[in-house]
Amino acid sequence: MTSASRLELGLRQLRGQIVSVIPEADSAATLVIKPGWGWHFAHRPGQYLGIGVAVDGRFHWRSYSLTSVPTRDRDHVSITVKAMPEGLLSTHLVQGVRPGAIVRLAPPRGEFVLPDPPPEKLLFVTGGSGITPVIAMLRTMDDRGTLPDVVLAHSAPAAEAMLFRAELHDLWRRHSRFHLHEQFTRRDGQLSLRSDLDQLCPDWRDRQSWVCGPTTMLREAAQVWAAAGLAEALHLERFSADLAGGETQGGTVHFTASGRTAVVDGATTLMQAGERAGIPMPFGCRMGICHTCVVPLRSGRVRDLRDGTEHDGGHQTMVQTCITAAAGDCSLDL
Amino acid sequence: MSTSTIAKTASDTANETSTGRTASAPASAAHLTDADLERFGAELDAIRASVIDDLGESDARYIRRVIAVQRGLEVGGRGLLLVSLFPPAWVAGTGALAVAKILENMEIGHNVLHGQWDWMGDPEIHSSTWEWDFAPTAKGWKHSHNYVHHTFTNVLGKDRDLGYAVMRIDPEQPWKPIYLLQPIYNIGLALGFEYGIAIYDIELEKVAAGTKPWSVAKTELAGLWRKVSGQLVKDYLAFPLLSGLAAPTTLLGNLVANVTRNVWSHSVIFCGHFPSGAETFTEDQLGDETRGQWYLRQLLGSSNLDGPPLMHIMTGNLSHQIEHHLFPDLPSNRYAEVAPKIREVCERYQLPYTSGPLYQQYADVLATIARLALPGGGPKP
Repeated sequence: MTSASRLELGLRQLRGQIVSVIPEADSAATLVIKPGWGWHFAHRPGQYLGIGVAVDGRFHWRSYSLTSVPTRDRDHVSITVKAMPEGLLSTHLVQGVRPGAIVRLAPPRGEFVLPDPPPEKLLFVTGGSGITPVIAMLRTMDDRGTLPDVVLAHSAPAAEAMLFRAELHDLWRRHSRFHLHEQFTRRDGQLSLRSDLDQLCPDWRDRQSWVCGPTTMLREAAQVWAAAGLAEALHLERFSADLAGGETQGGTVHFTASGRTAVVDGATTLMQAGERAGIPMPFGCRMGICHTCVVPLRSGRVRDLRDGTEHDGGHQTMVQTCITAAAGDCSLDL
Repeated sequence: MSTSTIAKTASDTANETSTGRTASAPASAAHLTDADLERFGAELDAIRASVIDDLGESDARYIRRVIAVQRGLEVGGRGLLLVSLFPPAWVAGTGALAVAKILENMEIGHNVLHGQWDWMGDPEIHSSTWEWDFAPTAKGWKHSHNYVHHTFTNVLGKDRDLGYAVMRIDPEQPWKPIYLLQPIYNIGLALGFEYGIAIYDIELEKVAAGTKPWSVAKTELAGLWRKVSGQLVKDYLAFPLLSGLAAPTTLLGNLVANVTRNVWSHSVIFCGHFPSGAETFTEDQLGDETRGQWYLRQLLGSSNLDGPPLMHIMTGNLSHQIEHHLFPDLPSNRYAEVAPKIREVCERYQLPYTSGPLYQQYADVLATIARLALPGGGPKP
């Protein structure tokens, strides 16, 4: 019986089975996953999924860009993961996960996506594993035979450390309107959008542009496009929760089970509010994907800081405390 | 978690008396100084920390396996009851369902709701999301059990689990004529234990005393009724109807399984705190309780059951009541390995560690209930 009511509350998580782990350049690997019941094969190229894996009994969650083509791979999805030296989960995914393993999945999200149909002229600027959402877009356009005028400027430490290099070169050979610029930073130095962009892509002002890479690259891109008055034409991907869904007015949060209260502003998440009040808040990814932190909202209203959606309490409302803030006074069952 | 409200640091020794002791100490610990108790608390903290550090994959596998076995037994039992006009199917189905319900309530539900498995970060096995196949709502029970009972364990006038507000199980409780009937209504409580616990969570005696508003109780009663009606429909309407001609035997099987679980959990729980070795406390002893004193009260107020591993699982490891009360949020599969360490610490500090076989402890509890139905009873031996 418990399982039925948990399904109604949306608390049963999506599952997926690892089908294969394909080594890629630069200590990365592509994980091919067969999603289980409840998965809709309807992601948009450029979106990411959340993946939760138990390591030593504890679930860890991260998001990775989907690198598979939605219309082509009907039964499987794939993500490409680069093992980070300090990254417990990425290392585990690249080296420790065996085919057959069951993982948890969170549905695709993200607005860093390819419009359908794509614009006539596109520019992609990527650094390192920032290529992953873009390869999904390129594969989709290639697959549909709709690859338009595309410039890709990609920065990697060296040729042998460049993800998808053979595939990109193949694309380059097959499509006359696809241009690839490879910047190998150990040989060529850092890619500077401020000084190099006009030379790399003289008509960048006429293009819709997607930039995905390290924070410095994103910051520089934002400045360059803003200075040209073209902020609308720039799409950026940040690999952390972007809580830009608008601030709300805040209020007093009552924690009913522990009898504590916290007065918070509209930018403070309920999780932060609880932790400051000394309550052992359940937590997981802290970025709104894993649903470990869900708590019943007994009364009041909260706002999802990612997109501004508001939720009213009562009726078994469960809220993710890590990405919601008080929109007025509210009470949580904790 | 909830314990932090009264657990204080050992430096809070403002009320120190000339004997070097804070407040009034229970008789069985009169030989210990504050410094002794501080060391005692530190040793128990260290035992807890070593288990927390060691939690991992095998623990996660354990709880998932118990849940899988429980679901298998429930599906198998309910399946057999569909054809329960065939007597062996009725016996096997009812037995499997009773075992499934006991596992679901005790080794799984009780312990998940304590937050013992929250460390896995799995929202599907988490205290904040779990609901159980038992009349009390998880929410009401988490308050009355996790908070009130585990914080104020065996404190007269505070721990409502002492006699569950309807029984006199300690001679310090003033006698009332109604208690003459308690040996009889204890049987009723055992048979309908889940409903007894459910209504108990509403704290109606506080409403009668005017310390809890009726409006609050009414909301809680409505929530409880939603839960209870769902349970009644499931076991006494939906599954019997699914069985067609076997509806009466399915209904009977479900009833027997529920009552079996009720009687079993009633006996295990009554043996946890009420045998004569377990001590009770007064509110003034709570005063400036240190961590060591808090541990001491949990130890002295609890009582273990001896038996084979299967018995420990079927009691939800409440057979390790002492370990559970010292460390309510440690995963239950770890209590067995912790128990000898606690026993050893108790021996060194010359503290009692109450333990006995189930039948003996249960007989002891029944004798106490019978004796205290009458006035008096004197101090505990």
